[in-house]
Order: sequence, then C-alpha cells, then structure tokens
Amino acid sequence: MSTIISTDKLTKTFGAFTAVNAISFDVMEGEIFGFLGANGAGKTTALKMLTGLLTPSSGKATVAGFDVWKQPEQVKQRIGYMSQKFSLYEDLTVRENIRLFGGIYGLSMPIIREKTTSLLHKLELEPEADKLVKSLPLGWKQKLAFSVALLHDPRIVFLDEPTSGVDPLTRRQFWELIYEAAHQGVTLMVTTHYMEEAEYCNRLSMMVDGRIVALDTPGALKNQYQARNMDEVFRKIARG
Amino acid sequence: MPVIEVQQLSKFYGQLQALDNQSFQVEKGEIFGLIGPDGAGKTTLFRILATLLLPDQGHTRICGLDGVKDYKKIRQILGYMPGKFSLYQDLTVEENLEFFAAVFGSSIRENYELIAPIYSQIAPFKDRRAGALSGGMKQKLALCCALIHRPEVLLLDEPGTGVDPVSRQEFWEMLAGLRQFGITMLVSTPNMDEAELCHRVALMQNGRIMAIDTPEGITADFGHPLYAVRASDMYRLIQDLRSMDGVQDCYAFGEYAHVKMESVIAGNQHQEKLRSFLQTNGHEKIDIKVAAPTIEDCFISYIKS
Repeated sequence: MSTIISTDKLTKTFGAFTAVNAISFDVMEGEIFGFLGANGAGKTTALKMLTGLLTPSSGKATVAGFDVWKQPEQVKQRIGYMSQKFSLYEDLTVRENIRLFGGIYGLSMPIIREKTTSLLHKLELEPEADKLVKSLPLGWKQKLAFSVALLHDPRIVFLDEPTSGVDPLTRRQFWELIYEAAHQGVTLMVTTHYMEEAEYCNRLSMMVDGRIVALDTPGALKNQYQARNMDEVFRKIARG
Repeated sequence: MPVIEVQQLSKFYGQLQALDNQSFQVEKGEIFGLIGPDGAGKTTLFRILATLLLPDQGHTRICGLDGVKDYKKIRQILGYMPGKFSLYQDLTVEENLEFFAAVFGSSIRENYELIAPIYSQIAPFKDRRAGALSGGMKQKLALCCALIHRPEVLLLDEPGTGVDPVSRQEFWEMLAGLRQFGITMLVSTPNMDEAELCHRVALMQNGRIMAIDTPEGITADFGHPLYAVRASDMYRLIQDLRSMDGVQDCYAFGEYAHVKMESVIAGNQHQEKLRSFLQTNGHEKIDIKVAAPTIEDCFISYIKS
C-alpha cells in the first residue's frame, strides 16, 4: 500500500491564533481514516487545507501526489465529497443530479451519459431515473449520493458525518458501500462527532487545540485509554 | 397515575403517516428514552405532547390534563427543549433566561436552585449573545430556559445532536441530577448507545414503537447467540459469512462484524465452525469472540422482523 495523503508540520494561523499546529500524519491508499476532534479543535481548517480550499501558513501536504500549496486545482479534481446533511439536490431528478455533479467535476457529456447508464444499472435505479430525489427512501438517497461522489473516479472521498441520524440498518448498508470502495482502493476520510461512526474506521486521529494528540486503530486507542468504546476515548482525550 | 399518557395516537402529513396508533405511559420521575432514527416520528410525538400540534386520532394526557382541552394548563407545567436551537440569538445568556422566566410569571431567583448546577457553568458568559455560544453551551442555556418555571415534565428532543461526546455526557449527568426534583423526563435520540442512560426506552421506526422495556430487558430479549468477528478484508468477510449455514444475519459493527446465529449450540461449537469456515475461504488475521447484544443489535432485529 502506498501513501495517498501525507502532511509534514502542516500549520495554519489566523492572525495570532494557530488553528492547526504542525500536524504530521500519513494516510494509506484504500484506508478508512477517521479525522476526529471537538468543536474548534482545528478539524475543519485542516480539511480545508487538504482539499485545496485554504492555503497553509507553513508546512507541507501532498494529496494524491499533488502539493496542496502549489497544485490545489489538481487536488480538487482527485477528491470527492459527501455529507449526510447535504449531498444531492432534492428538487432535481436522479438523472439531473448525476448530470449536475458530472458537470461540476468537469466530465464531458458523452462520459456523463455513459456513467449515468452504468450507475443507474448498478444501483438498480433505472425505474427511478426521472423521479425527484426527495421522493426516494433515505437508504437509496445515500447510495446515490455516495456513487455521485465517486463519479469522477476520485482517489479520496471525504465523508462528513455520513450516517448521522439514520437507522442502524441503513447505516450498515452504507458502511458496506464504504468497505466496497476501500476494497477497490479508494481512500475514505471520515469526519464525525459520532463515535459510533468512528468505530468503523481502520485508523483514527484525534485533534485537540490544533494538534493531533492521538492516532491509532480504534482497538489500540481503546486499550491505551482503557475505555469501553470510542466515546470514552474521546472524552478522556478531550478532557485532558 | 402516569405522568405522561399517550393513547392510540396517530398523525398524518398528507399521505405520510408520522405516527401510527401508538400508546405508552411514563411514570413520575422516570427518564424515558425515545430511540429512533430521523423520520421515526419522535418530533411529531413531542409536538403533540407539547400542545403545539393536534393529533388526528387518539389523545395525550400530562399529569391527568387533556392535551387538547387543557393545553393552557399543560403549558404551565411543561418544559420543552426543541431539537433545533430556539432561543433568541441576539439576546445575551442572561437576557434569554430572564425572558423565559418572565413569560411564565417567574424570576431567575425564584427557581435558581433548580438550574444552579447547570447555570453556574455558563454564568461566566452571561453577557455573551446566545448566538455566539458553542454547541455545548447553547444546549446548557436551552435546558436552563426550559427549567426556569419549574416544570413537572421535561420534553427534550434530541439534546445530544450536534454536540461532541464531552458535552453530551455532561448533559446526561445534568438530567440525572434533576431527578431529585421529581421531574419526569422524555428524551429522544437517534444514538442507540444513549439508551442505557434511560430507565426505560421505546424503540421507534416509521411511526411505530417496536419495543418498550428497560435497556437491560431489551437486550435480554435478543434470543440468539451473537459473535464479533473480524479479518483483514472486512468487505469479503461480511459477504462470505452471510452465505454460511447456521448464520441468520451478519452486519458491520465497528471494527468487527456481528454474526447472529440461528440457534443455540452447546459449548464453543459455533466459534469452531466460524473459524474453520473462514479459514477455508482464505481469510487472514481471523478474530472471533462472543459478543453481548447491544440495543443497536436489537434494533436491527426488530426492523428486520
């Protein structure tokens, strides 16, 4: 397995405030990596740098082989994004959503048409192709949203609280899609407040006050902090 | 007499049935949890109990008062914390609290003992506008405002949503602290792991309550051997286990997959069979252990049955 994300003392300051303080970590190809932290810990700032939306103050980061500082546009073309709260346009049809996101990701019309056909077939959504997304059951919406995030064959998909508020069965079905993508070599970066989601990641990092203070597998973190679950690990780390 | 009574309650939004003929009761001093995902009907139920929405069928009673006829009296004895932050963002912490006390003809001083342990944590920020508070502090302020008229019943709709585990645990500790005042609490959450913090819970899905019991009672009812299994390729592991004889269900569960067996077999025969099956199918780094069913396992079983 090769490294797909690598940061070296990545730092972002806003005036006198250091939001991200010299974080260094690597993520491997095909890994499901949880990026955790309390509100205000610096998670969002770090992710904005990794997705080419914010220029670092100092330090280095490469994502899918590109430097986030010098080549943010190349980085953006190789990443996908999905969140439970916002992913698809509810007032557009299934087909329209695919076309919209295909266009945003810069795919040509022939490729969008081809991808639409194969995606509808794979998800067995052909009968629903011209229905509004809001009329679909939640589980189908999620599958579609995740597939749309993968439309341009990104190397990495960022998932923001991908399964918050959904029932346990739908959550399982969604994690299986994530496992399948990882199995095929896509890297998943998961950010969440919900430790029940964190438990599913291969490795986790925890940010406190701009620094990564813990990074390991969920099992190793539970051992290290003598905790029953990740909720307890989070509390022990965040409370200091 | 139960403090909260829900009898054969139904509510439709157009074609959609948000609540389907549901009944339950909550006793005085209980912390009763409504556990279910978005769309289960939790918020609809709260709005009806809070006299903000009329049911289509059935009725509710709070401390013996009818939810429709006696709505004004109910509002005097009810504290309601909606899921969405609903305080005045442009008022300060203290102004919000004064406002809600005044609306109920009370004052902060009159009921201060009730909110003291909670309010003392946000008092250093009493001159800050509510809109500028962190998620955890907003939640504490909202709880103070819902308590300031000394209600007998507290309705808390998803208080843990959007706050980190530290604030969530502090919040549950505060609720436990309120029991000494005899307040009855109905709390909703989509997080199955919060069920164990309640005295009794109702598991809800699609407008229906699938089970009502103590958290221990629900997990004791699971009725099947359950194992936690992991291997190096989780995607293939789950696919393979579903095809194995004797396996009723298999699904991801954190770092492990949970395997629910069809029937009980003596000793550790299940484990041996699982191991040899996985070895035959070329899995590596196999780890198998007995798992205690959680509320989440039970919830999945109820959905599927």
